[in-house]
Amino acid sequence: MENRLYVSSSPHIKNKETVNKIMWAVVLSLLPAGAWGVYAFGFAALWVIIVAIFSAAITEAVLQKLSNKKIGVLDGSAVLTGLLLAYNLPAGVPLWIPMAGSIFAIFIGKFVFGGLGKNIFNPALAGRAFLMASWPGYMTTFSKPFSTSAGVDAITSATPLMLLKEGKTVGNINYLDLFLGNRGGCIGEVCIIALLLGAAFLFIKKYISWHIPLTFIFTTGIFTFIFGKAGFFTGDWLFQILSGGLILGALFMATDYVTSPLTYKGQIIFGIGCGLLTAIIRLWGGYPEGVCYAILMMNAAVPLIDRFSRNRIYGSGTVLG
Amino acid sequence: MKKLFKEFIKGIGVQNPTFGMILGLCPTLAVSTSLINALGMGLAATFVLMCSNSIISTLRKFIPDAIRLPAYIVIIATFVSVIDMLMKAYSPELNKALGIFVPLIVVNCIILARAESFASKNRILPSLFDGLGMGIGFTLGLSSVAFFRELFGSGSVFNIKVGFILEPVILFRLAPGALLTLGLLIALVNYLKARKGKSPIARKGGCC
Repeated sequence: MENRLYVSSSPHIKNKETVNKIMWAVVLSLLPAGAWGVYAFGFAALWVIIVAIFSAAITEAVLQKLSNKKIGVLDGSAVLTGLLLAYNLPAGVPLWIPMAGSIFAIFIGKFVFGGLGKNIFNPALAGRAFLMASWPGYMTTFSKPFSTSAGVDAITSATPLMLLKEGKTVGNINYLDLFLGNRGGCIGEVCIIALLLGAAFLFIKKYISWHIPLTFIFTTGIFTFIFGKAGFFTGDWLFQILSGGLILGALFMATDYVTSPLTYKGQIIFGIGCGLLTAIIRLWGGYPEGVCYAILMMNAAVPLIDRFSRNRIYGSGTVLG
Repeated sequence: MKKLFKEFIKGIGVQNPTFGMILGLCPTLAVSTSLINALGMGLAATFVLMCSNSIISTLRKFIPDAIRLPAYIVIIATFVSVIDMLMKAYSPELNKALGIFVPLIVVNCIILARAESFASKNRILPSLFDGLGMGIGFTLGLSSVAFFRELFGSGSVFNIKVGFILEPVILFRLAPGALLTLGLLIALVNYLKARKGKSPIARKGGCC
């Protein structure tokens, strides 16, 4: 039975923010990036996004109904999970892939742990990791932007990071292309400027703070600068920051409230850890892109980080003398 | 006779090694990629369990308490060697598929646990039936994990291709899929147990 009478002592702080508002605001801020994805990769991308969102919402509704809980799909968290998962997929995947990924993300990534607020891992990234391990062929087939035209469905191409991992030089991609999103990649990760615009909105509303994104991106940049291919301190850090899912991951997925540390000190540690792991995987690991796994690994470390970065309560501490 | 049946049935139901006691997980995770392998492993373990339980129960009054574990291991290893040689002779493909896990039956927790907790304290016939029940329970647990892993991971059952909506999910052939399948099955069994036992946890959902 819902208790409608709250009895507690002062101070009482009234705030207009609710879970719903924040979730839908994040969804809104992600729309520009998706719009560019559909513009660059065609309507296939739009279908992927739609299927992912609907699968996530329906899965959550069904699971909540089966476990006799109130159906809270309208709080926007399932929609956000579906949207973020879709943004991490190539545009040309068959539609059962976002469906399977969304079902896994909501069921195993969120529901099994106890629902909203109780999951350890970012559900969208858990879904992506599941898809990557299960159908690696589909998940690494990217299409060239603006290649859907009369006659061909799409032209496949490798992403800049994939080319880098194979040792080929990325000669004909300039920084402006990377910034605007004129490169192969996942639907929501390519258009940096759209992501920055969306994140600016969230920063202004104070829904996310700079601690995680800045430390994450900065650490990755510094590390790849130091360990460049042509010797120390020659790394192309701007290229590394602008390619792959780093901006999307640092701004929107690492900053997820449920799976990131509570205190600012902890968040800085979290950001540095994510940045280090991303750089290490990109430079020396088997995968060309490491953001997804870096964030998931740091998600696992969050309880530990929380324990060691607790704020000191005023008045507590040892007595001298 | 009823008492013997009780010893037998508890290994399959309430004290199922895989789902109830969470024992013998190493072979469960490693061997459950295909149903045939799972059945082979389960039956081999059942054979060893029955024989070792009986012999240990026979000798229970002679083995000094201080050296009981090495003594049990020697007895168990004897029977594992027997089944290993039998397998190599009569089903070499199964032996190759199971690989190192046939000799590893020696350190299977189930066998040692039943020896320690049951066979060393009970008479021969109950120990024999306990071994049989536990072995069959283990086989059932192992086979159910293998059934799902083979169905989702390779789209086949008993190596016969079965049409499936999705393409084979490679994850289920790997270690993470094994852990996921096992975890979800244990959750299902616990849920069914709770329902049957009319658990006192409020079923309205949420706390009030």
